[in-house]
Amino acid sequence: MFEALSDKLTSVFSRFQNKGRITEKDLEEGLKEVRLALLEADVNFRVTRKFIDDVKARSIGKDVLESISPGQQIIKIVHEEMTSILGTESSTLSGGNQTPNVLMLVGLQGSGKTTTAAKLSLNLKRSGNKVMMIAADLRRPAAIDQLETLGKQLDISVYSDRSETDPIKLVQNGIAKAKHVEATWVLVDTGGRLHIDSELMRELQDIKKSLNPSETLMVVDSMTGQDAISSAQGFHDSIELTGLIMTKLDGDARGGAALSISQMTNLPIKFIGTGEKTDALEAFHPERMASRILGMGDVLTLVERAQEAFDHKQMQNLEQKMRKSSLTLEDFLQQIQQIQKMGSVGQILDMVPGFSSISRKLSTEDADGKGLKKVEAIIYSMTPAERNRPDIIKGSRRRRIATGSGTTPYDVNQLLNQFKQMQRMMKQISSGKIPRNLAGLFR
Amino acid sequence: MPCYHFLVVFRLIGKKEKVKDGLKRSKASWFSKILNVIQTSGIDDSVWDELEEMLILGDVGVSTATDLIEDLKQDARNNGTQDSHEVVDNLKAKLIELLSVAYPQDNDLGNDSNGPVVILMVGVNGVGKTTSIGKLAHYFVDQGKEVMFAAADTFRAAAIDQLQVWAERVGVDVISHKPGGDPAAVAYDALEAATARSKDILIIDTAGRLHTTHNLMEEVKKISRVLSRLDQTAPHEVFLVLDATTGQNGLMQAQVFAEAVGCTGVFLSKIDGSAKGGVVIPIVKDLGIPIMFMGTGESIEDITPFDPQQFVEELFSSDQ
Repeated sequence: MFEALSDKLTSVFSRFQNKGRITEKDLEEGLKEVRLALLEADVNFRVTRKFIDDVKARSIGKDVLESISPGQQIIKIVHEEMTSILGTESSTLSGGNQTPNVLMLVGLQGSGKTTTAAKLSLNLKRSGNKVMMIAADLRRPAAIDQLETLGKQLDISVYSDRSETDPIKLVQNGIAKAKHVEATWVLVDTGGRLHIDSELMRELQDIKKSLNPSETLMVVDSMTGQDAISSAQGFHDSIELTGLIMTKLDGDARGGAALSISQMTNLPIKFIGTGEKTDALEAFHPERMASRILGMGDVLTLVERAQEAFDHKQMQNLEQKMRKSSLTLEDFLQQIQQIQKMGSVGQILDMVPGFSSISRKLSTEDADGKGLKKVEAIIYSMTPAERNRPDIIKGSRRRRIATGSGTTPYDVNQLLNQFKQMQRMMKQISSGKIPRNLAGLFR
Repeated sequence: MPCYHFLVVFRLIGKKEKVKDGLKRSKASWFSKILNVIQTSGIDDSVWDELEEMLILGDVGVSTATDLIEDLKQDARNNGTQDSHEVVDNLKAKLIELLSVAYPQDNDLGNDSNGPVVILMVGVNGVGKTTSIGKLAHYFVDQGKEVMFAAADTFRAAAIDQLQVWAERVGVDVISHKPGGDPAAVAYDALEAATARSKDILIIDTAGRLHTTHNLMEEVKKISRVLSRLDQTAPHEVFLVLDATTGQNGLMQAQVFAEAVGCTGVFLSKIDGSAKGGVVIPIVKDLGIPIMFMGTGESIEDITPFDPQQFVEELFSSDQ
């Protein structure tokens, strides 16, 4: 079967990294792997060809082949090339001076328009807007119910009219209502349709004409294959899009479609959907996306999440303890709990350079946080003395803790060993040595 | 144990004319290209390159495309083929063989219990599970079967309402709990009800779940387990609904769902678009999961049993 794109590229470039210099033949070999990986990640065939040609043209110059670290140079070129295709800067919603600003969501069936409408509304509401959603999908059974349910959950008003069969009249009435209640943003959820369905595309053109939206965003499933280009191009040609939203990026699809569509249409990707919850919408950062695809780790996102999750005072406190090597099991637990706030262990590892392969090896217990429950139970079953000086835990104490936490003495041992390992590594880190066996923490 | 007699029934009662309609719009443009390329006689490298390009653009996947072409090259060498038409015919034959090979030949096996045939519908978000269920029910009711629905998507907003609309259209009963309830409990109650009311078929709608979400995959395993408590042989069929626009991730989906709940077939939805649905080829080739049905539009009768020969013929047709 196939591995994730980042794994593939990592293995390709590790060959480069081990060599001081690379020959043109090495380059060809490496780029062949890049090509394969891109195609397996659903990057369009023609986009892939152009990408490879561009990278080759840039890499083959003297400055690269004679530089001290050609591998690094090529990684840089591949990364830059990818970032430039994905768009040069992260973009935000552009509202005009209209009241209300209108945003229209379009796309194929099942791409996630309704869920995205709710997520975007919540996002806009949180930044101080008065938002209204219009349920303009009149064909799919219960689409209106779905939007209304989401609206109720988020406390965002939804305009709907089950007796209206003409979507153009419906959106006009909706806009009138929005003006009346002085909404600042109106999000229009349209029905999914095929770009080759000329009748429904005409309908969409008419809706757009009557709305005059400041944003017309196409919602694209990140699992889409080679055809992503024709559907995006089809929508763009007939209603002129202003941007894209990639959904379902929380799965293991590497989002090759994003690269393809950006390349072919030059449209900016404005947001990405990363989960089923209504707040799982993130701004799109081309730089980060390229890094992620290339297996260089999404370090920026990790740093941001860490800042959200960590308490500064606690960190300072911890740093002192680290210096004095006086970390206790209590601290250990606290740290694991903090890390958990950043996402699942698997998700975090995916963001750390070179760690995506480890995250695949994690047992599912570790990956989804059930392991944490066990750790909590074990540590909570210890006396304060045991938590501060785990060394005193021997046979009978171990049995008592295991019974108290509903685990086995083996589990308790495993935890204690992990803790010891952590202490050792902390010592190494504070003395300036980087631990080699960071992976051991997760075994 | 999958009930093979169903597979056989599906294949025999197929409404094949619909395939042609569904595929006409999209497929012709793809494979007709192959024909154009190969019109020129003689075979050189550019022919193979373009064949590969077209297979990949059809979402067949790099490794499958490469394998197929290596095979074709070998054959061409062995047979001294000079005519590119022969190469295309050979490719057709290979694809048909590949897509047919997964079909179980043994039709003695089946639903050993006396209860209803239980079909569990699974898939990632937005592939069209609920719509496909509506169509399947219509298809079975047309054959005189008594069908019942279980609304086990208790998560997505208004999913139960959506299934209920389809149930009304087809005229079948739905067993449902409140939104947010335990989907396994819904499935259990539904199987009890379907047995009590002597239904022939129970179709269970489940929430869309990405195959990478551990908890949700455990949930669908639980549904399957709970069903087998009432009837050891249930669920008899587990259909993975696969969006035809999906790329190589479709193979991953099929693999993970198959490992979790043992898929017995694929329902290929949205084949009426311009996507080629080529990912079914590695799914059949590598995983041996047969493609059972195709969804060819938004209306209730837009369903057709999958027929490998017809599928491939349509892929190659150049009547546009």
